[in-house]
Amino acid sequence: MSETPAASFGAATHLVCRACGAHATLGADYSCWECFGPLEVAYEFGTVTREQIQAGPLSLWRYAPLLPVPANVAETRTLSPGMTRLQPADNLAKALGITGKLWVKDDSGNPTHSFKDRVVAVAQTAGIQLGFKTLACASTGNLAQAVAAAAARAGQRSVVLVPSNLESHKIQATAAYNGFVIGIDGNYDDVNRLCSELIGEEVSADWGFVNVNLRPYYAEGSKTVGYEIAEQLGWRLPDQVVIPVASGSLLTKIDRGWREFLALGLVEEHNYRVFGAQATGCNPVSTAFADGQDVIRPVKPNTIAKSLAIGNPADGPYALDAVRRTNGAIGDVTDAEVIEGIRLLAETEGIFAETAGGVTVAVTRKLLAQGLLDPTAETVIVNTGEGLKTLDAVSTGDGFTATIAPSVDSVSLVIASGK
Amino acid sequence: MSVSVRIPTILRTYTGGEANVDVEPGEATLGGVIDTLEASYPGIKQRLVSDTGEMRRFINFYINDDDVRFLEGLATPTPDGAQISIVPAVAGG
Repeated sequence: MSETPAASFGAATHLVCRACGAHATLGADYSCWECFGPLEVAYEFGTVTREQIQAGPLSLWRYAPLLPVPANVAETRTLSPGMTRLQPADNLAKALGITGKLWVKDDSGNPTHSFKDRVVAVAQTAGIQLGFKTLACASTGNLAQAVAAAAARAGQRSVVLVPSNLESHKIQATAAYNGFVIGIDGNYDDVNRLCSELIGEEVSADWGFVNVNLRPYYAEGSKTVGYEIAEQLGWRLPDQVVIPVASGSLLTKIDRGWREFLALGLVEEHNYRVFGAQATGCNPVSTAFADGQDVIRPVKPNTIAKSLAIGNPADGPYALDAVRRTNGAIGDVTDAEVIEGIRLLAETEGIFAETAGGVTVAVTRKLLAQGLLDPTAETVIVNTGEGLKTLDAVSTGDGFTATIAPSVDSVSLVIASGK
Repeated sequence: MSVSVRIPTILRTYTGGEANVDVEPGEATLGGVIDTLEASYPGIKQRLVSDTGEMRRFINFYINDDDVRFLEGLATPTPDGAQISIVPAVAGG
């Protein structure tokens, strides 16, 4: 697609290959022309101050000077996600044996209830700058909803491609926005591959795939999780952070966001440690970490944590780099432990997380038991989505404690019987 | 013996814009197919295979929908009529 005359990407200057360092101009390219490595947005930031950010809107657009978006982005028709709560989690800390402070960065508070609204907002904005008329994606569910909703708000067409065996309620929640919802016979990696093959085809000539040809911009949206954690802590970095790993992009970008804050002088130097969380049923990055490998060996996913079920995560090597550089670790947990993690977070903090959040809580517990996380340090864990998205995973029976006649005595009996 | 190879947009500069090319490989393996491609489209091999003869890290090869990293890599057999896809890796999410 050709750029519109007024295309603006803020302080972004070009794309750079993370593998070989080759440069490309800001466009709809996602793969290095030299080595196929992933392209990343590069910037020349001027001065960015705390005051400037604090004067901005209560959304991720307060960080617009640090994103590949035009300065007036907050006035455009996006979902304006972000600025989700950073919740102190004293009860969970106690249950986990953490004596340092613990917080949950709860991204279930975004407009479509997952952190995907952030990445879509940035990709959508870049896509419009590049002249794309349709917003598209490959998805395991969360991204589908984020894309369909964002497109509806902007008056764009949306086309989302998902595995046809995706849970029915995720499909229905996406269909509500009345875009194209196309079921593909295959798993997520098959859908992803199809989307790659659609690039350059006639049928999809005006489609901006947020996580394919707009991926360099999309990925930058995840930095805002890191920015917000730092700002909400009072302009400082925590000692430790635990982040779920699917493609590895979120972890990589939170780390990048913090390094940018350090470079801009927005926070003081601090030796933070980055930890990753995977499900054992899809643990290629955790396995590579344990084996001391730099290369990720793909797996065929089999886990209830479907939003993390990427068997061939191209950002995995970069997630490994960030974890190793900061002296962190990556752990994985079974599906049974994931469910325990969801319940623990709900029971202790009133936060009902999707399966990915259960992965994060359960891995946090495991890394503490292994002595890899420091229980005396300040820790932030990231919940990426709302529990209603993966209700099937925790459903037991009909959900009732008891079903009784409408009488005071009956209620008394149930309460006396205990939980 | 012939196989069909799907070329990604990024490599179509080598194939004169062709998205699908038919190849009769000297050796019926993925490596053989790539060598034969190189004979017709000089330069394409070094984009796919490193100097040390390994598949490049950010490229995926599929033979009839199976990722060759789950099979035998460049030594994976390519049966007659196979559909081979070359797809740059995308992180997904």
